[in-house]
Amino acid sequence: MREAIATHVHDGDTVVIEGFTHLICFAAGHEIIRQGRRNLTLCRLTPDLIYDQMIAAGCARKLVFSWAGNPGAGSLHAFRRAVEGQGPPLELEEYSHFGMVARLSAGASRLPFWTMRNYMGTDIPSANPMIRTVACPYTGELLATVPALNPDVTVVHAQRADAQGNAQIWGLLGVQKEAAFASKRVIVVVEELIDESEIRADPNRTLIPGLIVDAVVVEAWGAHPSYAQGYYDRDNEFYIAWEAVSRDPAALGRYLDDFVHGVEDRRGYVEKCGGLERLRASQRVCAGVNYGF
Amino acid sequence: MTAVAARELRDGEVVFVGIGLPNLACNLARETHAPNLVLIYESGAVGAVPERLPVSIGDPALVTGSLMVCGMADVFQYFLQNGRIGVGLLGGAQIDRFGNINTTVIGSYSKPSVRLPGSGGAAEIAIHARRTVVISRLDRRVFPERVDFVTSPGHRAGGRTRREMGMPGAGPTKVVTDQAVLEADADSGELVLASLYPGIEPTEVAAGIGWPLRSRSRLARAEPPTPRELHLLREVLDPKRLYLKR
Repeated sequence: MREAIATHVHDGDTVVIEGFTHLICFAAGHEIIRQGRRNLTLCRLTPDLIYDQMIAAGCARKLVFSWAGNPGAGSLHAFRRAVEGQGPPLELEEYSHFGMVARLSAGASRLPFWTMRNYMGTDIPSANPMIRTVACPYTGELLATVPALNPDVTVVHAQRADAQGNAQIWGLLGVQKEAAFASKRVIVVVEELIDESEIRADPNRTLIPGLIVDAVVVEAWGAHPSYAQGYYDRDNEFYIAWEAVSRDPAALGRYLDDFVHGVEDRRGYVEKCGGLERLRASQRVCAGVNYGF
Repeated sequence: MTAVAARELRDGEVVFVGIGLPNLACNLARETHAPNLVLIYESGAVGAVPERLPVSIGDPALVTGSLMVCGMADVFQYFLQNGRIGVGLLGGAQIDRFGNINTTVIGSYSKPSVRLPGSGGAAEIAIHARRTVVISRLDRRVFPERVDFVTSPGHRAGGRTRREMGMPGAGPTKVVTDQAVLEADADSGELVLASLYPGIEPTEVAAGIGWPLRSRSRLARAEPPTPRELHLLREVLDPKRLYLKR
């Protein structure tokens, strides 16, 4: 992880660490904080705790997003302090989920923009002049547009991949595929490294092909407190506890000192958490399909 | 309030489930009168049958046993924009006279006094779902005459109707509160008092609304939650009171 971040994430980059609730790569975010990256433009549909931590650590210049909360538990207070004028300023570029999905779809297709039937009657375009309209050349209907998002680097967490980065994901897929194809560089982080023959045995499960991947990192528990379906559950207690930590800048600083700066790597983090076995997933195995012909 | 909202959902309908109380209402409906309700979460779970109350809309329990799991581009383009969603359930920090919802900022956008999470998928749900049902506790601060920011459009913005703005869905047809149910007037799009909970008077409802609340000529009375609904909500669906406490 140290090498992958050092090589592929630079000061001033546009960075996407995607994963919708599922497969959010906290391990990569923590390594970016440890390496002291600055002036990043952080993009995610849901900034989640990981971007709250990166904002608090001073990594971010700008946030591009569509829903900034701690789902079911409260707020992202480092984000809120910045936006409400009580912390270092943070530039915002705000969309809705559909808008962010569309930006990455355009980026992945290498088109300049994407069209949607959306945003009429809302104030979102008045807060973000990048949301515009185009007349359909066939019907004349006015459609909403958003510009392509082509990040410098995207981090995708996956359950498993081979050494070339052919990555298999199951469970919630979020916008992982679109983000990876839209990106100039791609880092794949996996719970488990498997042989190419296992990938080839179940090719429909491959979401990210190795041919667009620049680095493969094997990092067990790398998504905690997010989750990896079939590997470990979401640590909902951590998310609920974050409300109090995030609310108090001193407590948040202590958290970063202890769990990010205070550990060498992910293994150190897991030890610091006292192990995470309590979250280990139960068995609900799917039997598989016949690929014969 | 959650039980009344759950009763708004019809068996067999396709519902786009939002976070918080909407989540609870959908799962209550599925356990009671609407076992064939199709739950679609913006996270990509289609036909979800969660075995535990999802803390977030991306909970792993939404995947296990669902009919389909797809990417979010498919959810928004092929389900929502395609017109496949019958009803969306929404909440908000502010809801105004015409059912516009604010989940973005209190105060101005550039210098907000309170920064809220933003749209998520709510703006496009409000535009595309065939109808939406809004759930919120009654409070003057929550129901101002005009919202500070329109995140999710209701029935009228800048004097224009939904149809004039080209929105496919019918918008917020009902607003379910903890004291009464409001409905959108078919002509003006204004929210009016439609039904009262037991023991609640119209003046109490009006006190929680920031505009002169009009009323249907004949007010209905909402049935209180049944013992079974209460048991399911408190003991089965949300025993840890993640949503009910608030």
